Amino acid sequence: MGIVSGMKVLAAMSGGVDSAVAAARAVDAGHDVTGVHLALSRSPASDRGGSRGCCTLEDARDARRAADVLGIPFYVWDLADRFEAEVIDQFVADYAAGRTPNPCVQCNERIKFSAVLDKALALGFDAVVTGHHARLDPDGTLRRSVDLAKDQSYVLGTLRPDQLAAARFPLGDSTKAQVREEAARRGLGVADKPDSHDICFVAAGDTGAWLRDRLGPRPGPIVDSETGETLGEHDGAYAFTVGQRRGLRLGHPAPDGRPRYVLEVSPVTSTVTVGPARALDMRSLVAERIVWPHEGPVSCVAQVRAHGGVVPAVVRARGEELDVQLVEPVRGTAAGQAVVFYDGDRVLGGGRIRSLAA
Amino acid sequence: MTYLDHAATTPMRPEAVEAFTAALTGARNASSLHAGGRRARRLVEESRESLAEVLGARPSDVIFTGGGTESDNLAVKGLFWSRRAADPQRRRVLVSAVEHPAVLDTASWLAGQQGAVLEKIPVDGTGLVHPEALRAAVQADPSSVALISVMWANSEVGTIQPVAELASIAHNYGIPFHTDAVQAFGQVETSFAASAADALTISAHKIGGPVGVGALLLRRGLELEPHLHGGGQERDVRSGTLNTPGVAAFAAAARVATAELPAERLRLTDLRDDLVRRVLAEVPGAVLNGAPSGAGRLPGNAHLTFPGCEGDSLLMLLDAHGVECSTGSACSAGIARPSHVLLAMGVEEAHARGSLRFSLGHGSVAADVDALVAVIGQVVERAGRAGELAGLTSRI
Ligand SMILES: Cc1ncc(COP(=O)(O)O)c(C=O)c1O
Repeated sequence: MGIVSGMKVLAAMSGGVDSAVAAARAVDAGHDVTGVHLALSRSPASDRGGSRGCCTLEDARDARRAADVLGIPFYVWDLADRFEAEVIDQFVADYAAGRTPNPCVQCNERIKFSAVLDKALALGFDAVVTGHHARLDPDGTLRRSVDLAKDQSYVLGTLRPDQLAAARFPLGDSTKAQVREEAARRGLGVADKPDSHDICFVAAGDTGAWLRDRLGPRPGPIVDSETGETLGEHDGAYAFTVGQRRGLRLGHPAPDGRPRYVLEVSPVTSTVTVGPARALDMRSLVAERIVWPHEGPVSCVAQVRAHGGVVPAVVRARGEELDVQLVEPVRGTAAGQAVVFYDGDRVLGGGRIRSLAA
Repeated sequence: MTYLDHAATTPMRPEAVEAFTAALTGARNASSLHAGGRRARRLVEESRESLAEVLGARPSDVIFTGGGTESDNLAVKGLFWSRRAADPQRRRVLVSAVEHPAVLDTASWLAGQQGAVLEKIPVDGTGLVHPEALRAAVQADPSSVALISVMWANSEVGTIQPVAELASIAHNYGIPFHTDAVQAFGQVETSFAASAADALTISAHKIGGPVGVGALLLRRGLELEPHLHGGGQERDVRSGTLNTPGVAAFAAAARVATAELPAERLRLTDLRDDLVRRVLAEVPGAVLNGAPSGAGRLPGNAHLTFPGCEGDSLLMLLDAHGVECSTGSACSAGIARPSHVLLAMGVEEAHARGSLRFSLGHGSVAADVDALVAVIGQVVERAGRAGELAGLTSRI
C-alpha cells in the first residue's frame, strides 16, 4: 500500500475490529502512530444497542483499549458539530427533497477525508489510516478489497485524488475473517465485536420514524402510476424510498394482481407514486458532484448501491456531470445514491445520482 | 516527562507512601475489638487528629470518605435532605456557577429528582463570586434556602473565593454553608475554623496522598442525612470499613504539605509567574484567565487561552513533546467540551475551547517551565493552522 516507514500517521479508530487492526499494521510498518476516536454524536448513548458500532461511549472505550494494547497515544476528537451540519442535516435535507442519501459516503467525503484529514495534515501528520476494506495503489488507484463481501470501495469511490493521496487502507489485501483472526492473535478485545450495519445516528435502524421526528407529518396521496388513481394516504413522503414494496398499506390490490413498488417520491407535492416492478427499471442516469479523470466515452461497469451488483455502462463526461447509459437496467435505485464506476476491481471514478430515466 | 497537571492529581509524597505501605502489612479492621483492631483504630484516630490540627478543626469534625466526589455528594445531598426534612419550605440550593461537577451535578440531580430548586450564583470575569451576588440570591427568599455551596478555590482557573465572607452571609440567615476545598488544601492556608464553613471537602490525592480517600469536615451538631447506610463507622454519617492505610497516608501527606506550605506557596508563585511571563513572551496573543497573580489565585495554577487554537490540538502536540497538561474539563469519553467555568466567566465559546491549564505542585522545578517554553511557540503555530481549518480566527 505504498507506506514508507517512519511516517507520522493518524489512525482513525472507531472502536471496531477493522480500524484496530489497521492501526496495528501501521505500527508494525514502523510508523509513528497516534490513535484518534471521532466523537460524532452530541449526546452519545453510554452503551451499544443493537448493531450500531461507532458512536457510543462504549465504542470510544473499545478504541481506547485497542490503542492501549498497541501502545500508541490516543485522543478523542469532538466532531459532533461538523457531523451534525455536514452529514445529519444533509441527510434530512436530502430526504425532504425526495433523494435517498448515503450518509457513509457523505461522512467519508466531508468528515473523515476532509475535516479529519485536513486537521491531521495541519497538525503535522503525513497520512490518515482507516480500517476500510479497499486497496489503494501507490499511484493512487483505488481498488476493491480482496474480500468482495466486505469491499468498501463504493463508499470511498467519490473521494478526490487529493483526498486519497494522504489516505492509507492497510486492510485491502485481507479478508474480514483474516482481520478478526489477526485481532484475536494480537490480543485486541474487539476481535469478535459485531459489525455495524445501520446508519450510526438513527437509533434502532428505523429511518422512517427518525425522519418523522425531525420533519413532522406531511400527509399526501399514494398514486397509481398507470391509472392516476389515489390508492391511499401517507403521513410523509420522506419515509418512502424508491423501490420500496413493504409498508405501503394500500387498500385494494393492483389490477394485474402483482405487488406495487414506490416509483417516485415528490416531497414538493407530497406525492408517492407506485407501480409495477418493471417500471423501476432504469436504463440511464445523470451523475453530479463527480470525480472523473477520463476523456471520451468509457465502457465499464457501474455500482449504484453499497451492497449490490454491477451493470455494464457507458460513461460520457458532460461538463460537471456524467451521462451514463446502462447496458442492462438497474432496478430500484434512487437519486441521491452514489454511483461508482469500475474496470474490473479498479475504481475509475464516481458521483452522486441526480436523476434516472427508464 | 514534564508534568504540568498537578491539579488533576499529584504524585504521592514519600512520607505518604511510607505510611501507606506500613499500614498495608498487618492491616486490621479498625472496628475490631482485639489488639490488632485497636492498633488500626489508633492509627485512624491519630490521623484524624493530625488532619484536624492542620485544618484548624476538631478531630470530631472529620468524617473520612472515599474521596472528594463522595464528600461533595455527602455534603450537598445530606444537607439538602436534612434541611428539607426539618422544613419542607427549604428547597433552594445555591451553588456558584463554577463549581466542580461533584457539586454541580449533584445539585442538578437534586433539582431533577428530589424537588430541589437549583440556583447558580454568577461569577465575574475572573471567576470570583461577589458576596453581593450571593446576598441578593439569598435575600430573594431566605427561608427557602436549604444550603449554599461555594468552592474555596477553582479547579480550572485557580480563583480563590472569599469563603469566610460568603459563609457569614449564610450564617446571617441560618443557612448551612459548604465549601469544596479540594484544590485549596495544601496550596493555600485552609482553616475550617477561620472560614466558618459548616462543611468542607478535601481529597488526599490532590496533596500527595492516595487516590480514593477524602474527608468531609462537618461541624458538630449539624444534621446531615447519610447516603451510605451500614455499620455507621464515621459518626453514623458514613458507613464502610475504615480505609486505615489510606487515612494514615492522607494524614502523612497533609502534615508534610502543611509544613512546606509557606515556602512552597512563594516558590510556586514565582515559578508560575515565570511560566506565564515566558509563555506570553513566546505567544503574545495568549490570554491569562482568572485572577491576577497574588492572594486571589492558587499559586500553582496557570490557565491560558490561545486564540485561534483548539485545546485538544494543543494538548496532543504538547503531549507528543512530553509536556503533560490539561484542557481543564474533560468528560468521561475524553471529549474536550468548552468549560462551564470559562463560559460562566463570560469567555466566548471559541476561546473557551482554546484553553489549557498548567498546574504546578510539589516536585515542579524551573526545568519544567523551560521545557514548556521551549515548545509552546511551535505548538501554538501548528495548532493555529489546524484551527484556521476549523474556522477559528487567530488573533496571534
Ligand atoms: C474542586 C474539586 N472537587 C472535587 C474533586 C473530586 O475529588 P476526587 O477525585 O477525590 O473524587 C476534584 C478533583 O478532580 C476537584 O478538583
